[in-house]
Amino acid sequence: MSVAGLIRMGDSTLVLGQRVSEWCGHAPALEEDIALANTALDLIGQTQLWLGLAGEREGQGQDADALAYRRDPWDFRNLLLVEQPNRDFGVTMMRQFLFDTWHLEVLRTLAQHPDAEISAIAQKSAKEVTYHRERSTDMVIALGDGTEESQQRMQSALVRLYPYVGEMFTIDPDDLIDMATLRPGFDAHLTATLDKATLTRPASEFAHQGGKTGARHSEHLGHILATMQSLPRSYPDAKW
Amino acid sequence: MVATHPLIDDVWAWLADVPDPEIPAISLVDLGIIRDVQWLDDTLEVTVTPTYSGCPATSIINFEIEAALRAKGIQNLSLKRQISPPWTTDWMSDAGRAKLEAYGIAPPQPAGGPAHCPRCQSKAVEKISQFGSTPCKAQWRCTDCLEPFDYFKCI
Repeated sequence: MSVAGLIRMGDSTLVLGQRVSEWCGHAPALEEDIALANTALDLIGQTQLWLGLAGEREGQGQDADALAYRRDPWDFRNLLLVEQPNRDFGVTMMRQFLFDTWHLEVLRTLAQHPDAEISAIAQKSAKEVTYHRERSTDMVIALGDGTEESQQRMQSALVRLYPYVGEMFTIDPDDLIDMATLRPGFDAHLTATLDKATLTRPASEFAHQGGKTGARHSEHLGHILATMQSLPRSYPDAKW
Repeated sequence: MVATHPLIDDVWAWLADVPDPEIPAISLVDLGIIRDVQWLDDTLEVTVTPTYSGCPATSIINFEIEAALRAKGIQNLSLKRQISPPWTTDWMSDAGRAKLEAYGIAPPQPAGGPAHCPRCQSKAVEKISQFGSTPCKAQWRCTDCLEPFDYFKCI
């Protein structure tokens, strides 16, 4: 019964982990390159836990690798936010900040989940994500309250990505918890951070939807999965 | 013929000689990731908890444990992964903390940053990045001796 909710968690961490890893070797400074790669690594590690448990409970003999590499785009249940392209460093950090802020709220709540295995994964992940949120928050503030150029880029990144925030909090029976209850905590951290970053929250609450239900992903998901899955699909069960 | 099991204390002593693959100055036992060792009939079960969920050293650590115990004649071995309760740097031994410091890595502190520079002991230190050369470390710098150094993050 929890399989769909576990897949949602694992698919979001997987797709974002893959996206962030695209920066490896390309970030603007060595420290940022390492930080992005570490964040991606944590997310992929969390994916193994979420999808591993999903596969176990589904009982069809699929492990985390099978779920990650052998499903098609229409079977993915990640948030639309995480499949959006990296574009510039400002967009990447804004996407990370919005995701981390939601993610930490989710994990803190799931840590209290009556299902012991779900709670264990959430407790483990929350420790890592606390560092992710601290870093992306600091970065949004530094770049927002930075130069004219960086401020303008962060504001346009916010305008670009804010329409993907609403989907994180829609109520849906397949989620492991009622996501709508997490919105006040998310908003409090968002408002405090945007204030310090001298950024303005967009007025429209319009929300793109269809990622976590699988109804309508953006065109970007197929491309990122093609890259991620090409090796295991071309050489099934390859070992090295 | 009656086979006798090696004593659990001996197994712990063997594991205390297995270095962490990323930070060889400390052992797996110092790091606090070996949570339990027990005999289940004829099988030795070693319970290991990962440091960070995506740490690439995890599979090498399992390999090293297996190699070390096989070398001591353990035939039936089972490695159990345990993620709850999650690993915390509080489980690092005092010996491990001292070895880290001597190796040039500032040990974890509840305050969230290094107590002092592991090279010159100055308290004038600043953070460069929350992330470092491995998932468990951050990059800091001493503003007195000007040397950058690794800090083992507190989690």
